[in-house]
Amino acid sequence: MTAMMTILGPVLMGAAFGFLLQRGKVTNCNVIENQFRLRDFTVLKVMGTAIVVGGLGVLLLVDTGNTKYYVKDANMLAVALGAALFGVGMVVYGYCPGTALGAIATGSVHALVGALGMVAGAVLYALSFDWLKAHVLNVWTLGKVRLPDVTNIPDIVWFAALAVGAGLFFWWVESAEARRKRI
Amino acid sequence: MTTITESYVRETPRAARIDWSPYLVGAGIGLLSWIAFAVFGDPLGVTTAYSRVASLFAVPVIGPEAVAQNSYWKSMPLKWDYGVWFLVGIPAGALLSAVMSGTWRLELVPDVWKERFGPSIAKRFVGAFLGGIVIMYGARLAGGCTSGHGISGGLQLAVSSWLFLAVMFATGLGISALMFRNR
Repeated sequence: MTAMMTILGPVLMGAAFGFLLQRGKVTNCNVIENQFRLRDFTVLKVMGTAIVVGGLGVLLLVDTGNTKYYVKDANMLAVALGAALFGVGMVVYGYCPGTALGAIATGSVHALVGALGMVAGAVLYALSFDWLKAHVLNVWTLGKVRLPDVTNIPDIVWFAALAVGAGLFFWWVESAEARRKRI
Repeated sequence: MTTITESYVRETPRAARIDWSPYLVGAGIGLLSWIAFAVFGDPLGVTTAYSRVASLFAVPVIGPEAVAQNSYWKSMPLKWDYGVWFLVGIPAGALLSAVMSGTWRLELVPDVWKERFGPSIAKRFVGAFLGGIVIMYGARLAGGCTSGHGISGGLQLAVSSWLFLAVMFATGLGISALMFRNR
């Protein structure tokens, strides 16, 4: 039973995630590239909705004692540099790591080639880890902090602002897309 | 009559046949996050497990001694944990979705790339490989990817993850504008 849970559980979770990514069209390289070219907002629609829906549920689960937060360390220099490289890599590759794994299974051969590149990237990171630890990883560290901690603005206000902001933005995107379709 | 319908179906672009709303998909991923937090205590993420698996590929390149001595892989050894099984599930789910929706297709060079850089398969493979290196190095430096930071961290309102999202999108927009500037 426990073996079932420790293997079947995550495999099913991953399968559900992969299924949703494919249905959301984000395992398509063109969709991702066109998000960064501001021609297709599918990626932001999926991520924005996931963050608001997921966040409200997880907030409720934490408040009722059913889970806890798993916040990553705010090593600000490392996160900023890493995210900058990530943005470059995502546009050149045309995928992010999760969508790439989905794309390989849907017939994208170039995603498989990039996945080998990702293995090389992980190896390079491991080889340079000691240097990074000494020079980058411990610069400007804030710890496992959350926006409500550093701003004193409560969680629910953050989510209300996010939901309204995302709602308005998507409404604007949808009406612009509808206009373009009519022309 | 039937011939018109048949040719219409045949000529419909395959991506257009997936008709799930991106908002529905986003909400589904949000819901999946509730389960990940409450049942498994392990938020959705890809690259931590990916770099565990990468150590396998590093063995023939740098030798088993060097892998065993590496301080990064000491902190993150290869083990078949939740995250690694989750990675196994992603392609399985994406394959299921693609087969069910009839969107499985062999892709060597994506359309967006072809329009800008031509039909050369070698060129695209080199691009994908280099992009893969950069994206994974960045993901490990930042401590997560679009899933671990973007969705799981974003929905927890983590400071590190919102910094990641902002910098990732900003550099992505910039490099995309450079890469596709001639069109």
